[in-house]
Amino acid sequence: MASPLKCDLCTNPATVHLTQIVNNKVHKVDLCESCAQAKGVTDPSGFSLADLLLKASLNPEATTSAARCEQCGFTQGDFKKHGRFGCPQCYATFSTLVEPMLDNMHKGTAHTGKIPERALERKTLHDRLGELELSLEDAVKTERYEDAARYRDEINQLKQAFEQPKSAR
Amino acid sequence: MTISSLLATPSELTDAASSKSAIVLMTRIRLARNLAGQSFPGWAREAQRAEVLTACREALLASAPMKRSAHAAVSELTELQKQMLVERHLISRELSGSSAGSGVVINKDQTLSVMINEEDHLRIQVLRAGFQLKKAWNIINALDSELENRLDYAFSPRLGYLTACPTNLGTGLRASAMMHLPALVISGQMEKVVRAVNQLGMVVRGLFGEGSDASGSIFQISNQTTLGESEEAIIKRLGSVLESIIEHELNARGKLLEADPTKLFDKIGRAYGILQNSHQLTSTEAMNLLSLLRLGIDLGVFAEASRSVIDRLFIESQPGHIQSTAQHDLESNQRDILRASRLRTEFATFAKPTFTINGQN
Repeated sequence: MASPLKCDLCTNPATVHLTQIVNNKVHKVDLCESCAQAKGVTDPSGFSLADLLLKASLNPEATTSAARCEQCGFTQGDFKKHGRFGCPQCYATFSTLVEPMLDNMHKGTAHTGKIPERALERKTLHDRLGELELSLEDAVKTERYEDAARYRDEINQLKQAFEQPKSAR
Repeated sequence: MTISSLLATPSELTDAASSKSAIVLMTRIRLARNLAGQSFPGWAREAQRAEVLTACREALLASAPMKRSAHAAVSELTELQKQMLVERHLISRELSGSSAGSGVVINKDQTLSVMINEEDHLRIQVLRAGFQLKKAWNIINALDSELENRLDYAFSPRLGYLTACPTNLGTGLRASAMMHLPALVISGQMEKVVRAVNQLGMVVRGLFGEGSDASGSIFQISNQTTLGESEEAIIKRLGSVLESIIEHELNARGKLLEADPTKLFDKIGRAYGILQNSHQLTSTEAMNLLSLLRLGIDLGVFAEASRSVIDRLFIESQPGHIQSTAQHDLESNQRDILRASRLRTEFATFAKPTFTINGQN
């Protein structure tokens, strides 16, 4: 006989079994009584499986890797514990963990909504500026003065654009 | 403007009530936004949180919609002020319990509130009385676009706006409507409605969000998913779900009136009597009685002009608002006495009911 189901959030035996149909997808969660109560599952009027699903959808083999976010030091174990990420960069660091989760959680897996165009433009500009400054430094070091002059001109141009891109719109 | 002077004026929800808000009391949209390169609030160190708080507050106060707003760090607010802000839906319970480095900025007419360092760096919220999803979206979209000029949002072209919790990824948008559904509750159809709404990818919660009960027959309906659909599509989908709930509620009212008008009028009449004469009322009981009077307005038992009074009392009967009218700290049973007394005063001058349907009684 199969061993009794364990709670998706801790290791106690699961006694509360929930099925919710969202967007024609069936989601199942097994919980022990104390987790069920802590998550408000026992209140039928105000309960959503979203948070629970998030933790339940973490399959064990995906959490064995010891990856750590370079930006903020967050680990997969931290995610399993908190259900929240450490910083925006974590989404790239833990993409193999995030991707399979999204299909269950959302209507689609790719963003089709608003794009912060001005912010992105500014970021692209900023990144390009950083690259050019490195190149300039390098060119000066290696005495490639013609290249250095070209980089400097481009930097000045970008800086001008950086200061007044909004008024143009 | 300070938070205390803001709390001394009635909120958007209490003031702008009209027949348009007959079933949908209030529309709310919130956007979750984070700053690139910064740890999310739950993981950030205190110094980082303080840095984010300052940057966000400055950007907000410099934006046109939030000029001359009231703002405060959560640590500067008293427990009572926090509770009143929660009761007005201007901050979340989570924010009111949060540690150092959290803050809130609320515009003068209390239609826009931005929580800083709640679960995400920014939780931008717009709140409108009545059923106004499109208008609410236009307002919040404009504020968001202005903030985007001043702050570097964390954004991925594929996953959209990056949020602390993956359930908010993409648009970061949660649109919700607060609905008054007494007939669906009286006729025992609410459970069925909740199930149907869930299947459409929407969530039903009580008046104060997750885990709260549905006193006063007031429910919040909102979208569950945020990724894979545009903001407009989410709002449109929620809008059509709301329309269909409104239709069901109106049908349920029609059926109740047809089957046994006396029973319904009895409930409304008794609620009126208790509100005029009781000496001890819990907030839940007050909500349920006010809910019946609100139904009475929809049915023409009371004058339409009384609607704004009821909607104001929904909020002013909450524990924090009752406490704020007292000189010293009250126990909950003392609050019940004060609540009953305030409601007696309000209803002493309330327009009398006329119980008729199509000229019969």
